[in-house]
Amino acid sequence: MASSATQLVETEWKLPDRGTVGIISLILTEISLFSIFVIAYLFYIGKSLTGPFPKDVLEFPVLATICLLSSSGTIVFAEHALKHRKMAMFKMWWAVTIVLGLVFLYETGVEWHDLIYDKHLTIATNVFGSTFYSLVGLHATHVIVGMTFLLIVFIVTMRGFPIHTQIRRVTFLSWYWHFVDAVWVVVFTVVYIVGR
Amino acid sequence: MTRRLAVLTVVCAELVFAGTAGDHPIENIFRPLSTPAHEISDVSFLAVIICAVIFSVVAGLLTYAIIRYRRRPGDSDAEPPQVYGSNQIEAAWTVIPLLIVFVLIMVSARVIASVQNAKPPANALHATVVGHQWWWEFRYPSLGIVTANELHVPLSDTAHPQPTFLKLESVDVAHSFWVPRLNGKTDVIPNRANDMWIDPHEAGDFIGNCAEYCGTQHANMLIHVIVQPKPDFERWVAEQQLPAVEDPSVAADKQAFLSVSCVNCHTVKGTSASGVFGPDLTHLMSRKYLASGVLSNTPENLRAWIKDPQAIKPGCLMPAMHLTDNELDSVVAYLRTLK
Amino acid sequence: MATVDYPLEKSRRQREFSLSEALYSWVATVDHKRLGLMYMTSAIIFFLIAGVMAMVIRAQLIVPENHVVGPQTFNRLFTMHGTTMVFLVGMPIIAGMSNYLIPLMIGARDMAFPRLNAFGYWIFLFGGILLYFSYLGANGLFGAGSAPDVGWFAYAPLTERAFSRGTSTDYWILGILVSGIGSIVSAINVIATTLSMRCKGMKLSRMPLFVWVMVVDAWMVILALPPLTAGQVMLLFDRYLGANFFNTQAGGSAVLWQHFFWIFGHPEVYILIFPAFATVSEVVPVFSRKPIFGRQAMVGAVVAIGFISFGVWAHHMFAVGMAPISNIFFATASFLVAVPTGVKIFNWLATIWGGKIRFATPMLFCVAFIFQFLIAGLTGVMLAVTPFDWQLTDSYFVVAHFHYTLTGSFLFGVFAAIYYWFPKATGKMLSETIGKWHFWLLVIGFHLTFDPQHILGILGMPRRVYTYAPGRGWEPWNMISSIGAAIQAIAIICFAWNVIRALIKGERAGDDPWDAWTLEWTTTSPPPEYNYETDPEVRSSRPLWDLKHPEDPDWKYE
Repeated sequence: MASSATQLVETEWKLPDRGTVGIISLILTEISLFSIFVIAYLFYIGKSLTGPFPKDVLEFPVLATICLLSSSGTIVFAEHALKHRKMAMFKMWWAVTIVLGLVFLYETGVEWHDLIYDKHLTIATNVFGSTFYSLVGLHATHVIVGMTFLLIVFIVTMRGFPIHTQIRRVTFLSWYWHFVDAVWVVVFTVVYIVGR
Repeated sequence: MTRRLAVLTVVCAELVFAGTAGDHPIENIFRPLSTPAHEISDVSFLAVIICAVIFSVVAGLLTYAIIRYRRRPGDSDAEPPQVYGSNQIEAAWTVIPLLIVFVLIMVSARVIASVQNAKPPANALHATVVGHQWWWEFRYPSLGIVTANELHVPLSDTAHPQPTFLKLESVDVAHSFWVPRLNGKTDVIPNRANDMWIDPHEAGDFIGNCAEYCGTQHANMLIHVIVQPKPDFERWVAEQQLPAVEDPSVAADKQAFLSVSCVNCHTVKGTSASGVFGPDLTHLMSRKYLASGVLSNTPENLRAWIKDPQAIKPGCLMPAMHLTDNELDSVVAYLRTLK
Repeated sequence: MATVDYPLEKSRRQREFSLSEALYSWVATVDHKRLGLMYMTSAIIFFLIAGVMAMVIRAQLIVPENHVVGPQTFNRLFTMHGTTMVFLVGMPIIAGMSNYLIPLMIGARDMAFPRLNAFGYWIFLFGGILLYFSYLGANGLFGAGSAPDVGWFAYAPLTERAFSRGTSTDYWILGILVSGIGSIVSAINVIATTLSMRCKGMKLSRMPLFVWVMVVDAWMVILALPPLTAGQVMLLFDRYLGANFFNTQAGGSAVLWQHFFWIFGHPEVYILIFPAFATVSEVVPVFSRKPIFGRQAMVGAVVAIGFISFGVWAHHMFAVGMAPISNIFFATASFLVAVPTGVKIFNWLATIWGGKIRFATPMLFCVAFIFQFLIAGLTGVMLAVTPFDWQLTDSYFVVAHFHYTLTGSFLFGVFAAIYYWFPKATGKMLSETIGKWHFWLLVIGFHLTFDPQHILGILGMPRRVYTYAPGRGWEPWNMISSIGAAIQAIAIICFAWNVIRALIKGERAGDDPWDAWTLEWTTTSPPPEYNYETDPEVRSSRPLWDLKHPEDPDWKYE
């Protein structure tokens, strides 16, 4: 823009926070990664030559879904508490978030145990097995990574670290957690609704 | 006596077949001999012309610019006029290329549809191409013929159009069927049946290659399409439909052949040899080449090939079976009777 | 401004030179300039290795039925040549140039995440070493091991356990997967740095074009690399866990691998060419003595190319037997991407037009780049004509096309960049005389090697063949091509000599040897660790022009 000679410098020079840009870029690259596994899943629906087939073995993971999606809510409460320096509330809601995540992982483990040992569906059984375990497994891996960081935050907070000085980083972690939950919405839609 | 008869048969066969096929070892996509190849060649030529014009204009301007606007000794140090851009010029050299692009889209779409949507007429010949590592199997289901590496098709001239429609399948990895003068290439992919068609209007032997890297001997997976006038083609079909020649003079050699491991991989129709891993040998002597176009089909080459395929086509899937010289002689003698 | 005491600096200088300390300072560095140089050095070493492979390939193909190498060795050579050049030369050059130059050009002290930067470099290097370890480590069934031999795009099901025994394919998968993490990490760093660390006054519209192009490049990397990672993970599952992604016997699809690979692979080739675009957009104005013509159009063009490049991938698959409507769609998209690409060429031409051209070595490489990239783009347009592609895909015509884009354009652009910024990075000038030898030998060698390959494709020679029969009409063109390769080798030797000589006894470069206009030329050569003593402040896209020409500054016109 052509500015007159008197208007030399903008009075305020504000740039986005680099951590924000970083975490958003990371989430975008992960979306790209998940997309390919989702596309593979959709492509291979109905293409398995032998069973077991989805409708025979899949049951909608109600408890796991409720837990994971509510953990997005509880993490918001935790952040809110942290912003207002209510440390006891923060620790409580943060712990609830972790527990909900653990329940999700436990339920997934139970489901997989059942699929492998009772329903005889493994990653090698047929195309459905390959796409199912890889997509759900990729998501579960991301949950585990998120849980690891949630646990680290919890442990250091319990041991006295002033976590309120790291609200920015806690926020980034919560965005990652919301992302993992959003991916779960896509995954259960594709696997348990569309694919069945 | 058996030997002389065998030699005489082979010489006759060579005389019979030599006259029908002029060899065309030099391919050129701009020397088409079949309708799809013609259409491709025409649109390609247009594309080349358009690109050549664009190149001449832009490269010409660039050459002019670097000569005319170079700094010469004795030039002042003053900077040239600082020009920042021009919206009209940007618009011009966006719109004009878009128009050229529009033309290219139209001509490409026309040929894509014309080649890919062609429906086989009632008299079309149907053949199936099966890609293997590293040879080609050709089947004519309606005629009951199975052969390898040399695809015989009828001549399709304007008086008697008879296109050949090919179904392309693979038993292992991805290959690609490419005979430039007859059509562009179409990939040969496992678990996917592709289609292509040719209607060659000139007789002869046309060479092609596998055009998708498929492993060690990808380079030596040649294709020969032998285009024959209708009477010659029908004679070939009749010969191919017969079971293997039963020459009593090589009965002992035949027994030797059937007792060694060849039969695990090869079929000779009418005998107990029914392996499907390797090429069908029922009419081996009707072919001009061995090993998918690598060797001419002569007795010496045949013997050398069977003795040690790995020396000729290292990495190929036919092992050297370490036959004794006697066994080798028998097998070769028997195979040379399979016209 | 008072002079500041730097006691630590003094004491290190006062102590004797210690090799371990020097090595440690490089190994543990997080300074973007050092990491940038490490990326570039590693890339050049891999380039030389892959270049030797190319020489062997051309030696084998100089005459028909040659016996320089057997088929297994040849197949490994072209696989490793391609894989190395794309992943271990192209990608680190992008990371190296971005990491070195972006902070300097935007007036920043370092990248946004310096430790992440270091991590990215070391994991790239580890991935490369892992890939090359296959020569030693990959021994499988019947000794079926050694380096991967499946081609750089590793089509399924050739890569499945059944057809690729041993572990060589696994080294390909893992080496690239690991290196790819480095690329993604570097790209995130570039985006964060560019958005968050520009100096005062440097609005996005005032960023140097180099930075614009490399930021779009980084966006493409973070979106295009994951499909490759995903495909490789799927292939790994197939090979190790018995999964069926590409197992055609169980209903898997070989074509799906191709889709996933090329969804990565096509943007990848644009990712690779962007550093050359970025360099040319900086060098051509300086040596024409004019600003870049149509700055906004150039930015718009590069963003358009970034977007459209994600929609053209199946033009690598025209022969796969897709439906006509799919073929038409991808042909259309491929034609469309040529429009902004052409706009860039025209703008470079218009920048030169009316200028006062100085033909120093960087400019020579840029001019050759424009000629060669024009040809590369036009052969690309030809290949976008689907029926034409049906004849020419997987033939030497395509080999010629992509070497025109990679050797004729990318490599020439990189040499322009090296000749232009080497003085800044090292404080020494490269020799103009040796540079001109390097340039002309490379031009002659390049054209002798790759021009005949267009003809070979037209004459029906497929690619990836370890030998060919005589009498196919291919002999003269192969011979010319191989002779050209030898000449290119001599050119590269000249380059290596130029670099070594300059490092030892090159003429001292000042802060601004080229009389250029962007921020990096305001600091010393080489820049101090902190880049700028005080944070710069800019009012236009050519801050140094404004300083040198206070009577006619850019900010009056921008």
